[in-house]
Amino acid sequence: MSRRRVESPSSMEQPDDEVMPYSDDETDDELDVSSEEEPEPQDVHLPVEVKVSEMGWKVKANDRPYHHLPEFDKKVCLCFKKSRYAGNAIKTYKYNVITFIPLNLFEQFKRAANLYFLGLLILQVIPDISTLPWYTTLIPLVVVLGVTAIKDLVDDLARHRMDKEINGRKCDVLMDGRFVESKWRNIEVGDVVRLKKNDFIPADILLLSSSNPNSLTYVETAELDGETNLKFKLGLRVTDERLQEERQLAEFNGLVECEEPNNRLDKFLGVMQWQRERFPLDLDNMLLRGCTIRNTEHCHGLVIYAGADTKIMRNGGKTRFKRTKIDELMNYMVYTIFVLLILVAAGLAIGHTFWYEEIGANAWYLFDGKNQGASHRGFLSFWGYIIVLNTMVPISLYVSVEVIRLGQSKFINWDLQMYFAEKDTPAKARTTTLNEQLGQIEYIFSDKTGTLTQNVMAFKKCTIAGRNYGDPTTAEGVSLDRGKPVDWSWNQLADRKFEFMDHSLVANLRAGKDKDASEFFKLLALCHTIMVEHKEGTGELVYQAASPDEGALVTAARNFGYVFLSRTQDTITIKELNQENTYEMLALLDFNSDRKRMSIILRFPDGRIRLYCKGADTVIYERLSPNSRHKETTQTSLDVFANATLRTLCLCYKDISAAEYEAWSRKHKEAQLSMSDRDAALDRVYEQIEGNLLLIGATAIEDKLQDGVPETIAKLAKADIKIWVLTGDKKETAENIGFACSLLTDDMQIHYGEDVNEKLTVRQATRRRVTQTILRGKKKAAEPFFTDPGQKNALIITGGWLNEILYEKKKKRRRLRLRRLGRRAPPTSPQDGQPMDDWEKEMRQVDFVDMACECESVICCRVTPKQKANVVSLVKKYKKAITLSIGDGANDVNMIKTADIGVGISGQEGMQAVMSSDYAFAQFRYLERLLLVHGRWSYIRMCKFLRFFFFKNFSFTLVHFWYSFFNGYSAQVAYEDWFITLYNLCYSALPVLLVGLLDQDVNDKLSLKFPKLYLPGQQGALFNYKNFFISLFHGIFVSLIIFFIPYGAFLQTMGQDGEAPSDYQSLAVVTATSLVFIVNLQMSLDTSYWTFVNCFAVLGSIAIYFGIMFDIHSAGIHVIFPAAFHFTGAASNALRQPYLWLTIILTVGISLLPVICIQFLHKAIWPSVGDKVHRNRKKYEMELKEEDKKKPSAFERGRRSRRSGYAFSHSRGYADLIASGRSIRRRPQPSAGLQDSIREVPQREAENI
Amino acid sequence: MMATSYNAKDEDGHITVSGPGTMRSKKPENTAFKQQRLPAWQPILTAWTVLPAFFIIGLIFIPIGIGLFVTSNNIKEFEVDYTGVDVSSPCFNCSQNYMWNSSRPCTCSIPFYLEQPYQSDVFMYYGLSNFYQNHRRYVKSRDDSQLNGDLVSLTKPSKECEPYATNENKPIAPCGAIANSMFNDTLELFYSDPNGTLIQIPLSTTGIAWWTDKHVKFRNPAGSNLTVAFQGTTKPVNWRRPVYELDADPENNGFINEDFIVWMRTAALPTFRKLYRIINKNNNMIPTLPQGNYTLEVVYNYPVRSFEGRKRMILSTISWMGGKNPFLGLAYISVGSVCFFLGVVLLLIHYRCGNQNNSQDISN
Repeated sequence: MSRRRVESPSSMEQPDDEVMPYSDDETDDELDVSSEEEPEPQDVHLPVEVKVSEMGWKVKANDRPYHHLPEFDKKVCLCFKKSRYAGNAIKTYKYNVITFIPLNLFEQFKRAANLYFLGLLILQVIPDISTLPWYTTLIPLVVVLGVTAIKDLVDDLARHRMDKEINGRKCDVLMDGRFVESKWRNIEVGDVVRLKKNDFIPADILLLSSSNPNSLTYVETAELDGETNLKFKLGLRVTDERLQEERQLAEFNGLVECEEPNNRLDKFLGVMQWQRERFPLDLDNMLLRGCTIRNTEHCHGLVIYAGADTKIMRNGGKTRFKRTKIDELMNYMVYTIFVLLILVAAGLAIGHTFWYEEIGANAWYLFDGKNQGASHRGFLSFWGYIIVLNTMVPISLYVSVEVIRLGQSKFINWDLQMYFAEKDTPAKARTTTLNEQLGQIEYIFSDKTGTLTQNVMAFKKCTIAGRNYGDPTTAEGVSLDRGKPVDWSWNQLADRKFEFMDHSLVANLRAGKDKDASEFFKLLALCHTIMVEHKEGTGELVYQAASPDEGALVTAARNFGYVFLSRTQDTITIKELNQENTYEMLALLDFNSDRKRMSIILRFPDGRIRLYCKGADTVIYERLSPNSRHKETTQTSLDVFANATLRTLCLCYKDISAAEYEAWSRKHKEAQLSMSDRDAALDRVYEQIEGNLLLIGATAIEDKLQDGVPETIAKLAKADIKIWVLTGDKKETAENIGFACSLLTDDMQIHYGEDVNEKLTVRQATRRRVTQTILRGKKKAAEPFFTDPGQKNALIITGGWLNEILYEKKKKRRRLRLRRLGRRAPPTSPQDGQPMDDWEKEMRQVDFVDMACECESVICCRVTPKQKANVVSLVKKYKKAITLSIGDGANDVNMIKTADIGVGISGQEGMQAVMSSDYAFAQFRYLERLLLVHGRWSYIRMCKFLRFFFFKNFSFTLVHFWYSFFNGYSAQVAYEDWFITLYNLCYSALPVLLVGLLDQDVNDKLSLKFPKLYLPGQQGALFNYKNFFISLFHGIFVSLIIFFIPYGAFLQTMGQDGEAPSDYQSLAVVTATSLVFIVNLQMSLDTSYWTFVNCFAVLGSIAIYFGIMFDIHSAGIHVIFPAAFHFTGAASNALRQPYLWLTIILTVGISLLPVICIQFLHKAIWPSVGDKVHRNRKKYEMELKEEDKKKPSAFERGRRSRRSGYAFSHSRGYADLIASGRSIRRRPQPSAGLQDSIREVPQREAENI
Repeated sequence: MMATSYNAKDEDGHITVSGPGTMRSKKPENTAFKQQRLPAWQPILTAWTVLPAFFIIGLIFIPIGIGLFVTSNNIKEFEVDYTGVDVSSPCFNCSQNYMWNSSRPCTCSIPFYLEQPYQSDVFMYYGLSNFYQNHRRYVKSRDDSQLNGDLVSLTKPSKECEPYATNENKPIAPCGAIANSMFNDTLELFYSDPNGTLIQIPLSTTGIAWWTDKHVKFRNPAGSNLTVAFQGTTKPVNWRRPVYELDADPENNGFINEDFIVWMRTAALPTFRKLYRIINKNNNMIPTLPQGNYTLEVVYNYPVRSFEGRKRMILSTISWMGGKNPFLGLAYISVGSVCFFLGVVLLLIHYRCGNQNNSQDISN
């Protein structure tokens, strides 16, 4: 919860590693607007509209007609006007009954391919150039459009249903003085609503009052930002007091003025006017749609934004349209084909011109009564050939690709091994267009919390007075290999989920022998900022912690018998084993990231004053009393914990005499009241008392990684996928996790921001020197940044440094300054690392990306969502690499949308990341399977499919080309029209489609065993221009064979009963039959995974071909439609000739044999990894089985050098709230104070103590 | 997808309409298909499959090729070009006539000598060269409905037939360029008896068309007799006689005239032959065409010289594989040999490269 985002002080020379950089996903213009918030009264140039848009949204409570006043109308179109306040009904569907057909058709024809075929269809209607009848294009086009339309329809129906369900949810709305249950869709802006516990919030609502003291309302914002800890919202004091009753609410007539609807989840500004007073509103008063009310009996609110205006809806609207690299390549290839088509058609048209001059014009039998010159005829022939050869651009390509992708997506959805049983979450491919891209990932950008880790902290180990606990032992302290968890049944207040292996510690504690241990847990139970809540009914304790670490520590203490029971503003009650004690809290010295410790000063029931402190080892050790014991032993334990990547905290105490406390307390109060720089003053005072500490021990908390994270990362690394961690967390935490999941190892040299900056500046300086003489833009091969060849490098960089390095901040700051100081020319001479221009900035970015890519791993911490996205787009832009982002929270949304593929971790409460992701599953480890198995398969399948698809269309179409030389370039086709119509639909589609759906060169287990198999995908080796041209040449070769073998056979022969078989129709039958055989058999050869479905498809296609052909050539159909089916008897006459069968066999043989030969040679001489694995499949599978039998060894965390294990994921939490006492009991009303927000708390803190 | 579906359950249309009790698990089904574990055969191109295949194909193709070649060679074929390009050729004079419909039929006779007797049925073909019967416009220029005996099409020929759809405001039957350009030379064959007498060899005009064409595709329009049936239509411009006068035999007249049908079956290539007549073998003892001198009498009507075409008359016997064509046999022999050769080469390569690759393992 980073409610307090500190703007890094501009005076600072170096970026602060601890704070998020100037935050927010502001676009530049937004930044400009925010700068206007600063007092600039003299700025008269500001257009008035800006102010209006700032505060242009007026909502009046309980006054529906108000919002329909004409002044709030906006023009919809022409003269229709509509209220600008959206209703609360949401509409995500695109079509209704009437608009479906026209809208859907319109959308479909926006695609170039469909438009192309529509154009062709129009060409075919023109009689002069209509070389093929209209149905050859119309039928496939109708099928293609129909399939897509049906898919769209199904999607839209689902959306309709979903909308209906959401709009139909119930909520209490105040109507005519009383609350009435109403559907969500009927809620309007200005309505007062009542929400009950666990209700979804139906709109963006201003919290007026709730059943809790001070109108505190807990909400779960998981769907917005993925954070599962509860947030609290506060009602305004005035509404809290005066708007509790239904009657009062009914009379409420406040007018809220606030900003226009926007998509910023972290900002809200408004003013409420009520009873001639103005009250400021901010985000703390707002309940946002998508959240859930928790722990609050009921609350009342005023609807500010409804439906489409709500922040969550504003956020979700813009989904970026993503395309895969293959898609792009495919499009380029289609363009290439198109160019080829035009060239070929032009060539043949010229051929026709010459032929006509030479022969055609003299051939009296060809006289067609038209007085057209040779060139005119050539021109017509050009269009004719465009039509004839149109099948080179395969019409069914796009629809087939979509079907394949849909299938792949289904397979992902169906994968049991990506199903997370615990949360009942299957994997879900939310987009169906990106699957093959999964096989080409080069960079993964991962969020940390909730993605790599479970965001669950577990108290694992501790060291108390030099003795380590935590490894499995018996009660007597004898070590065990495999212990069973401690039984907590003796402690009724224990949290049953808590697991601890060491029985000896519990035994010691219960025996009450170990004073240190009891002090240890007492400290844990007392020194924290947790708030407690008693669940009604069971009376079970529920801790509300600002950080999960703290929660884990207090829960541990609870289980060990030191139960934190309750707290008031200045007391803490705990139960120590069997005795309840109340301690007076004298001061709470809260955490902050500089102090890295927190202390609490308590007066014991017996009157002693003691300070308890917990904090980072580095900080604590500096402040230990020289006669503190166990220093060395604890340090050793700390190292051990740190090596095990546990997060450590040192615990210590200090007794304070009453006099000493009095003296300090005075200073403390002074500091609290100091007006300037209060934080620093407080820090200084804290420093004075936190000295001479006595060490008790240290805790070790495990930031639980998700299952299998290190293994997954290791495996992905073997597949040459680089993993970058981008996290908003602190450096220490991130580094700790880096080590935990083996992204960082001890043999790596870790480079931090300063180091990186220096290197980059040096590089830039060199470049400046060089470029002053040499022309810009010339690119030299970049020298590596890290010259030491054996050294592994890692980069840990914070958001602040990132800005520094990429000049982001300076640029923005400068722009702001420019706004204030008036325009100033950009610096002309290089100074203080300022970029001279955009080019230099770009080069700097290139350098940074180059450098980062040289490293084994990169961790960016303290980065804002915007920066996360920036990093991703930098790599995308400069490395031209395919990137994947994985995350779980709202702060990852930006990066998920930016990356080529976004993956959301689902099953968590938050859905924001999932909603904007392309793939969603429950566990990080499924990424391995998604990429190495599904991604690889999809890529291989798609490539195979495309290669084959192009091949089959080339070999199909180019036969016309060869035939042209023998028919006077007259655009006569080599096949029957019906064959042309059905070839791509029926005769060749299914086997290739099935290969695209089902093919596996290597099964999933082997794919996972050999991550190297993933490499061809990254290199794009299976489908590129080279493969395209190979397909083209293969197609040319096959079409040559298909035409010229029958040509040779037909040249001067006759049938077995003397009738001439050398007629056109027989030729068409022979070429078509050969083609069908060749294409299907070739596909069979390329199929590496032969299931009965494939077999069925290949045989089926051939059977269908013969079936349809004999039908079309039958007598009956000719009698009915003599004009459309005129190949009567051609099939039966041609195919009863053994001679023609021999021709077909020869054609098929010559087409296939060379390919087999080349493939065999290729596999024998240059086998790929896949070939080798494939060849030795049996052997490896045996190996795998044996490995399965052996118990897989636990992942071992290597030995590491000394480093601090401190990584407390802490943000200033509830300390202020505790001190303010607002949540604890209702305080008497202070005079006219309206300082309701948490931000004003320090003052109150001062009052309290 | 809009953000509205912020409830996970809503996805995929899984709306839980009734209470939570009906929530079924979203666990995917464990079927072989859905888990992509369908039983499958994963063939690999190994030496053990490829090499034998090549040898076997070689072994099969070569004999087939030899068989075809021998069969083709056993077929007797005689071809005579009677275009009359050469001044010395008997048909030179006739060939100078570029006109259709010349009132005076030009005849010429070409003597030739058959060196071998033709034992079985002999098929007589006319062959045309450089004749683009496969030209797109030409191929299209017909009306299959009309030829099928459709009365409406008979009087209203399809547009495809233009400019041969109507003549002098009367519909043309049969319409179109193909019909219009029907081959109309008359070929007659005379055997010069060793005694010197010319014996006309009987030529069968029927049985030369496909059965389907004759009985399905081509049908005369209904009518008590053909003359009546074709009333109101006119003959194609280039024809001398109307369609119902092509033959005296009513079974071979009108649209179902076999010469007409044969012509209407357009050729695939610009050089083609079409079956003209059949010389049936009458007696098992005597060859159908004994060795000796023959004379081909041509009524030369069909002008080809304008487009440098050639006209031929072919006499051929027939085997199971049709007429004489050494191409296929030679192709089979060569493909078979290449296969065999490739098999050997692959074997060698396999022994040199395959082994070392097989043994080497994958670095992981």
